[in-house]
Amino acid sequence: MQAETDWRPTASPDMLRLRASILARIRAFFARLDVLEVDTPVLSTAASTDPALSSFKTDYHGPGVAEGDIRYLHTSPEFPMKRLLAAGSGSIYQICKVFRDGESGAQHNPEFTLLEWYRTGFDHLDLMDEVEQLVTAVLLDVMPIDAVHHWCYQDLFIEIAGIDPFAATPAELRTLLQSGHKVTAVGLADDDRDAWLDLAMTHVIEPRLGNGLVFVRDYPASQAALARLRSGNPPVAARFEVYLNGIELANGFHELTDAVEQRQRFEKELERRRQAGVEAVTLDERLLSALTAGLPDCAGVALGLDRLLMLASGSKCVQDVIAFPFDTA
Amino acid sequence: MASYSTNEFKGGLKIMIDGDPCAIIENEFVKPGKGQAFNRVKIRNLKTGRVIERTYKSGESVEAADVMDVDLQYLYNDGEFWHFMDTDTFEQQAASAEAVGDAVKWLKEQDMCEVTLWNGTPLAVTPPNFVMLAVTDTDPGLRGDTSGSGGKPATLETGAVVRVPLFIDIGEILKIDTRTGEYVGRARE
Repeated sequence: MQAETDWRPTASPDMLRLRASILARIRAFFARLDVLEVDTPVLSTAASTDPALSSFKTDYHGPGVAEGDIRYLHTSPEFPMKRLLAAGSGSIYQICKVFRDGESGAQHNPEFTLLEWYRTGFDHLDLMDEVEQLVTAVLLDVMPIDAVHHWCYQDLFIEIAGIDPFAATPAELRTLLQSGHKVTAVGLADDDRDAWLDLAMTHVIEPRLGNGLVFVRDYPASQAALARLRSGNPPVAARFEVYLNGIELANGFHELTDAVEQRQRFEKELERRRQAGVEAVTLDERLLSALTAGLPDCAGVALGLDRLLMLASGSKCVQDVIAFPFDTA
Repeated sequence: MASYSTNEFKGGLKIMIDGDPCAIIENEFVKPGKGQAFNRVKIRNLKTGRVIERTYKSGESVEAADVMDVDLQYLYNDGEFWHFMDTDTFEQQAASAEAVGDAVKWLKEQDMCEVTLWNGTPLAVTPPNFVMLAVTDTDPGLRGDTSGSGGKPATLETGAVVRVPLFIDIGEILKIDTRTGEYVGRARE
């Protein structure tokens, strides 16, 4: 691309107006429910330990810091928002830019806009209902929602892919995906069960979810992230994903409030980063202190606003809904 | 050995898969919000022409295929091989029937073709988009028929058979689109 010609925005004026109107509707939705809008830092001393997430990193030099101090650009505002919750904020929401290194494609821009909100006293099921209400309110007169479906992760895999995600071994997943669905993967470790499940989810299940709003819940415990676990056989994570017309839109949890378990999960993830040769990051001790002080029982969800805009406008790629995508930023 | 990381994947990149040279047609980045990133690619096997799909774990490296496209002049066929020449260096290349494939029916001596070389030997031959070929056999031309409807088969000097309008006669030179195998018009001499 040439700077002389690609200075123009990729999003049309209509798209910019649609974005502004969706933002206004979201703010009106939360104002009605008395959920407080908050604003937390983009630059943080700590980062997400999730091995699948890569944080942009920069240096600070200035008063009190002569040598340079690492700051991470947040991949989501989750940790500081939980510190607000622990400090007694009550239900809160935030609309902000988040940053994920290495994520670029038709549905990914390394810098994107997230709507994240937390509701005290809610569990993940209550929050799923609220996500449905919000998406319906925001898309009113913009795009009809054909249907709403609810699935448990295990049932969804069995029904659509003929795979029991809790019983199948990685070797069986490899065979089923290859023979049954013509999906051949290179580079996935034989013991990386979650990677094989992610492969099945993205290559086999997502394309068959169909139109409408689809909620998937009760994820394998190994994919709990920051969700609490529900006892059962096997135990499942109180986590849900939301798809609209087959595109992943949001991810939510009935939040883990146990500081000890949270620390163990962080350390396990740091260990997985070491094993995978992924750069270590600084663990968020302030979040752990907040959990120790007491995070109220709550559920939270993060929703990709650029994806929502893509769906609302029928765009094929996320770059069409962003004024200046990464390549020309 | 040269290799490419998945971050270098893009349409046209030549890589080795299962021992065969292949070209990437499409590269799609796929990643669940919480989970493994993949590069899902559509690839053409340059030996067989078959299109397959593969998914790489993002960050993997793949062996590069030593494949390049060169413009060579078609010289002649010796019964077994089709011979091409680089018009700058006069270096010659012999392509097998397998490499020439369907291009054989459009190959006319002196025409410039795109030859795909793998480790220095011809792997595939792409004829020019348009070729000028003489009609060696067809039903007698119908004078005055310019309706363009119907048509008839005509055999060309290379042996190819194409549908042509009814007014075409033996000996005429025709312009043919090799990508579709369709008659475009009479050559303007």
